[in-house]
Amino acid sequence: MSESPEPSHQETGGFSTRGAEIAVAIVLFALGGLVVYDSHRLGSSWGSDGPEAGYFPFYIGLIMCFASAAIIGQTLLGRGAGRDAVFVQWQPLRQVLSVLIPAALFVLGIQLVGLYVAAAIHIAAFMRWLGNYSWLKSVVLGTVVSAAAFLTFEVWFQVPLYKGAFDPLSFLGY
Amino acid sequence: MEDIAALFHGFAVALTPFNLLLMLIGVSLGVIIGVLPGLGGANGIAILLPLTFSMPPTSAIIMLSCIYWGALFGGAITSILFNIPGEPWSVATTFDGYPMAQQGRAGEALTAAFTSSFVGALVAVIMITFLAPLVARFALQFGPPEFFSVYFLTFCSFIGMGKEPPFKIMAAMMLGFALAAVGIDTVTGQLRLIFGWHELMRGFDFLIAVIGLFGIGEILLSMEEGLSFSGRAAKINPKVVFETWAKLPRYWATSLRSCLVGCWLGITPGGATPASFMAYGVAKRLSKHGAKFGTGQLEGVIAPETAAHAAGTSALLPMLSLGIPGSPTAAVLLGGLLIWGLQPGPLLFVEQKDFVWGLIASMYLGNIAGLIIVLTCVPLFAAILRVPFSIIAPIIVVICAIGAYTVHNAMLDIWLMLLFGVAGYVFKKLAYPLAPLVLALVLGDRAEDAFRQSMLMAQGDLRIFFSNWLVGGMMGLGLLMLLWPLFGQWREYLRKKEAAAL
Amino acid sequence: MQTQRKRVRGLVPLLVAASIAAATPVPAASWEPTKPVEFIIPAGTGGGADQMARLLQGVVVKHNLMKQSLIPINKSGGAGAEGFLDIKAAKGDPHKIIITLSNLFTTPLATGVPFSWKDLTPVSMLALDQFVLWVNAEAPYNSAKDYIDAAKKAGPGKFKMAGTGSKQEDQIITVALEKATGAKFTYIPFKGGGDVATQLVGKHVDSTVNNPIEAVAQWRAGKLKPLCVFDDTRMPYRAKVTDKQSWNDIPTCKEAGIPTDYVMLRGIFMPAGVARESVDFYVELFKKVRETPEWKEYMERGAYNPTFMSGKEFGTWVAKAEQEHVVLMRDAGFLAKK
Repeated sequence: MSESPEPSHQETGGFSTRGAEIAVAIVLFALGGLVVYDSHRLGSSWGSDGPEAGYFPFYIGLIMCFASAAIIGQTLLGRGAGRDAVFVQWQPLRQVLSVLIPAALFVLGIQLVGLYVAAAIHIAAFMRWLGNYSWLKSVVLGTVVSAAAFLTFEVWFQVPLYKGAFDPLSFLGY
Repeated sequence: MEDIAALFHGFAVALTPFNLLLMLIGVSLGVIIGVLPGLGGANGIAILLPLTFSMPPTSAIIMLSCIYWGALFGGAITSILFNIPGEPWSVATTFDGYPMAQQGRAGEALTAAFTSSFVGALVAVIMITFLAPLVARFALQFGPPEFFSVYFLTFCSFIGMGKEPPFKIMAAMMLGFALAAVGIDTVTGQLRLIFGWHELMRGFDFLIAVIGLFGIGEILLSMEEGLSFSGRAAKINPKVVFETWAKLPRYWATSLRSCLVGCWLGITPGGATPASFMAYGVAKRLSKHGAKFGTGQLEGVIAPETAAHAAGTSALLPMLSLGIPGSPTAAVLLGGLLIWGLQPGPLLFVEQKDFVWGLIASMYLGNIAGLIIVLTCVPLFAAILRVPFSIIAPIIVVICAIGAYTVHNAMLDIWLMLLFGVAGYVFKKLAYPLAPLVLALVLGDRAEDAFRQSMLMAQGDLRIFFSNWLVGGMMGLGLLMLLWPLFGQWREYLRKKEAAAL
Repeated sequence: MQTQRKRVRGLVPLLVAASIAAATPVPAASWEPTKPVEFIIPAGTGGGADQMARLLQGVVVKHNLMKQSLIPINKSGGAGAEGFLDIKAAKGDPHKIIITLSNLFTTPLATGVPFSWKDLTPVSMLALDQFVLWVNAEAPYNSAKDYIDAAKKAGPGKFKMAGTGSKQEDQIITVALEKATGAKFTYIPFKGGGDVATQLVGKHVDSTVNNPIEAVAQWRAGKLKPLCVFDDTRMPYRAKVTDKQSWNDIPTCKEAGIPTDYVMLRGIFMPAGVARESVDFYVELFKKVRETPEWKEYMERGAYNPTFMSGKEFGTWVAKAEQEHVVLMRDAGFLAKK
């Protein structure tokens, strides 16, 4: 499920679809295996009054393993998606990462300084570096959106959002 | 015709200026709540409930139920514009609504969604008005086997027709089931698949998966194609509402079927979410353009929206007449009734006539008010797509994070959302279908619970699923739907063989 | 990470409270929440605990009993363990309280998730919830004895008892009932009390042990009938609920020849390590709540036993209740496998 580095890439520039197929299928196979393992521990047989706790997950895990093995097989045999297709080229991948990495940093930011501060920084930074807006515009908009979220959630709807490990906004009293 | 008189009395109760004002406030608030993922109708109502204690109960329930209508309307907006379902029952709306927005037909999709919601809700209200006592009894027919058969039917009506490679459909669906199984097992009380990690105990909420898979995944896909949403060219013209209306009557059959599916699932506390999936599946099977579903068909928006709203509305009926909440929102409303000193249950219709008919009248009025408000805003909503990508993208990421957090107030969920986002991107590129995954995640544990409860009742005897006409009929219909494509293929095969023989 | 955050957050008001306490002549009850208080509900929306918490929120707002607001948050994952672990992690945070039901005792025993009431600070008992044996109104049994005899006669496992959750209070009572009478039921777990009552009205099961509030609407409408209450004395409410009967008219199970009793705690707890002033504040708050007409009415409607306890007395009660649950759960074979 994760975008772990796919092993083979080709001259055309980019991850090959084949590599991606196999990597994803391997991850799914592993997940299926985990499910089978834990279900077996819980008891996966059909008891006297119906299935036990692990009965359904056990077979779900088995089918997952089977399906992902089949996908690997098909890919290796060169059927399924085109053999030499490119999953993603380097240039677009760079663009995808230019969203994904800030998003990941943003989530890390939430963990540390809370949602509101992280959101303001995320929006401002994104606008400045990817949208080439002026610093002023970026910072103002980031702050406005974050403040609007604060008012909506904390003040009006009283839904407390995550304040982060350091809670820099604690002086606001929410 | 005593009921009609009572209804008009209800209108008189509901139509005071104060109540009308509350309706407007309620609907507007509801739309906002519906738009923000994570803030569901249940949240909105729960939070505002205390404010209403100083009002007369009838006014209070009018305002709260209008929040509910507003939220039902609002859920469609983000699904269509950004592929982020604000509410579980709007997932099916994204399948065709979002492609329409990408083609620059956001206004059309929104209008169709709002109008269908209105139609669905209206049909359900009419049914409540005239058939309440009759229909309420039907809900009691539903024991565990019946619930299982409904879920089974939902799965069957939805799967089996995907164009994706069959192994990938299988893998995606099983992944959904596996994720649904994480957490506590209702039947035995054991913790499953958490591997000693207590943070996982709450399980994978379907909203988090959906926000990630659809919302974040979509942003990543858009990024790959360049710094823009493809819906930017959306024409923004108030006339789009009327142009769309002119097209809608063509799809009356889809509407009608979806209304039936919706009302039925609303009453049986199956809920709006299965209703929307089932209606989409049925429409896809029966429509002439079924094969084109998923590429931006108007019908693909009409079907789930109509059904979701018919279900959402008729879910209030079991609550009022039996005291059984048909949805979490209804459950919170139920709590409100208790605080106002009203006792939901079979006697409510007898003891609190004013209240019940005032509420029913407000369902008519609230829906009309809601429709007018959201339709006038269609151009405004569509205009959101014109905001430059480098502004809207980070805001969407922020909104997704908020949505993911509010489901369980858990930081881990935000990380999971990000992970689901990456998964959504990769799956989409590799042609793993997301719909079966989501459906399995929503209904998987409920279906399993119902199945195992049935097995306890029958002491392991599978024949319980064919023990009466109701459950047997639904199971039969489900099996038929499951096997239908095979049957079609078999005919195709025979025809080819014949042709070859000639 | 989470623990650390809460500690940091909780420390500041704590210090403030402590300094105020040192400076002012009246230390007790001088603490007040300085920000909204999170009210954790370790159960889903619509259940008994949820209803009570939302009623409390409403009463507090309506009578202006607190300057800051009370925000109910459902944390129902893992049979409520999620909510309890949250409170456990919020050590020293006086802006968090939790409403409990029996899952305070049953969940850690049944699932092995590590928490117990000792990780929390007991604030006060709000009420004790009763359990009543219900059957469908059309069923031919007129007393608990009739019903149990019929169940025995039909043979083990033939009669179906529906309840909320697995290895929780409803199933504990079912097992206790079986032990006391020798009848054997098939226990079918559902997700909420409302579902359970509906299943009985629809005759999909033979009996339930719903709380009064979960089944009262159906009783009044003549769909269900109560056979006996699982307590050692009858419920005190004498006002007629249906045409013929009041809560007080329901015999205790003991009177009916079934020596089984069980009551469920509805109480308030706080995280461990909070200042006494904060605890006192909430004790006073809930005392005031008890005096409101809404609360009294709610107590009567749900036929609660409105016993109030706080401080040491409450702590002793909880400790005893936990011991009882350990015994009950062990006897029923519900303890988590190690």
